[in-house]
Amino acid sequence: MNKLYELTIHEAHKLLEGREISSVELTKALLERIAAVEDKIRACVTVTAELALRQAEEADAAIKSGDITPLSGVPVLIKDVICTRGIRTTCSSRMLENFVPPYDSFVIKKLRAQKAVLLGKTNMDEFAMGSSTEHSAFFPTHNPWELDCVPGGSSGGSAAAVSGDEAVYALGSDTGGSIRQPAGFCNLVGLKPTYGRVSRFGLIAFASSLDQIGPITKDVTDCALVMNAIAGYDPMDSTSVSYPVPDYTSSLEGDLKGLKIGVPKEYFTEGMQPGVRSALEKAIRKLGELGASIDREVSLPHTKYVLAVYYIVAPSEASANLARYDGVKYGFSEQDAGSVIEAVERTRQLGFGPEVKRRIMLGTYALSAGYYDAYYLKAQKVRTLVKREFEQAFEKYDALVTPTSPTVAFKLGARTEDPLQMYLSDVCTLPVNIAGIPAISIPAGFSDGLPVGMQIMGKPFGEETILKIAFAYEQATAWHRRKPKI
Amino acid sequence: MLQLVSRMKLDRKQVEHVAWLARLGVDEDEVEKFAVELSNILENFEILKQVDTTGVPPATHAVPLQSVFREDASLPSYPQSDVLANAPREEESCFKVKPVLE
Repeated sequence: MNKLYELTIHEAHKLLEGREISSVELTKALLERIAAVEDKIRACVTVTAELALRQAEEADAAIKSGDITPLSGVPVLIKDVICTRGIRTTCSSRMLENFVPPYDSFVIKKLRAQKAVLLGKTNMDEFAMGSSTEHSAFFPTHNPWELDCVPGGSSGGSAAAVSGDEAVYALGSDTGGSIRQPAGFCNLVGLKPTYGRVSRFGLIAFASSLDQIGPITKDVTDCALVMNAIAGYDPMDSTSVSYPVPDYTSSLEGDLKGLKIGVPKEYFTEGMQPGVRSALEKAIRKLGELGASIDREVSLPHTKYVLAVYYIVAPSEASANLARYDGVKYGFSEQDAGSVIEAVERTRQLGFGPEVKRRIMLGTYALSAGYYDAYYLKAQKVRTLVKREFEQAFEKYDALVTPTSPTVAFKLGARTEDPLQMYLSDVCTLPVNIAGIPAISIPAGFSDGLPVGMQIMGKPFGEETILKIAFAYEQATAWHRRKPKI
Repeated sequence: MLQLVSRMKLDRKQVEHVAWLARLGVDEDEVEKFAVELSNILENFEILKQVDTTGVPPATHAVPLQSVFREDASLPSYPQSDVLANAPREEESCFKVKPVLE
């Protein structure tokens, strides 16, 4: 048998259900694992050991009385942008370093209802703005596959933790690739659901029209199990959609006969590493062998505009969302100033880190009088064209396949000096958020010893189809079973 | 490091104005840094001028949603102590700020 901390959700569930292990044993194994490797990985901002053991005891009691769900007693780590009642939620920012939310987010309520065990909160780029977790105000997180490489971002703590077996699974958030890119960098499965599929209530807002919460897991079955738990309508999020939630595990079967998969060529150009390209070529051939019909002549010509659209729309929304941090109701507060306005200015100057300030400035400029039409409005019009292009593609194809990232994990420090270089790490994932569609990243090979992710994009509310494709590929390959040596 | 672009899109004065709009305190070094960085980033956004958007409506929602209504029902609110628990300064159950009136 695997070591307890190496188990997937479905493996742990089977053992818990058969009463071969207890949740307390499993939780202790993970807390010991955190203690053993956390010095090297640094994935966690907060570890809630006491609470976890208490929840594990409660889960064991429930299981004993025959009350068990797929997530009962299984330990999870949560990205520190998701509010947890009574547990500090920092966004890896000085601004919220001591913020303790008075309520649980929707997804946490859902996990608590399933008697999940909360191990703690994970590190991230400050306010989820970044692609490497180096923009955390506290410390950078290391990639378990190669400790001097980044784990990706902004959900880098969540991905590094699951990859390093510090949690059975984790939740992340994805505004432009922040679940999928770190999942790809760490050989994990990461899903960004359709916009509106998972409630954003209690998710600290970065860019409200793009943000979604989703799972980071060790395999596709676990991804489906977590989606079963967290998807659904919530009256507290007026953008959540009351589309029925299927049992996502029921789509995990069969071959890919009859499915049409498109490969958009714009995702295989500039700056793509040869190792990533050859891994993807092999993976796409494999999808063909599994029965899918593959069309490699797909073109999405507006792809090249997406980076500009995203870096106007996301900072604009961020500049509005982050206006609430004024040092009055909660968070960091600097009062050594003359007037009330100066106190707000000083609070924000000292409370925010450089990347957050850069995006607030960019967004404020794009929305300001005289520039609104040229930047924000223009970007939203091009966004319509990008969405239409996807709609047309999905009339012909059931899914689109691309690399998750043009490169494998890069070295710590390699891109921090040049914001544009950092922004470019998200070119393959940004279009998905701009269009509001779902996409999953799954392990698809290695290049120079580092994981390569394959991204599968689906139609709005087409999570079942992309999970089916991901599952078929996973069953036919063994990449997801490879573990970092840590 | 970033290259200086030929024609800076944002000068120091504009940076200071945007920082004021954002109520973001900036020191001299930051003004200089933002002028270069933001000019460079904005230069890269010029690519959008190539796209013909005549007659194209701006995107509003990622997924089509009609106006969302709910019943106008009263719901319990959070206890005052919970709401004030994170307040940097409070007095008599209020958030306390510096004087706004002379």
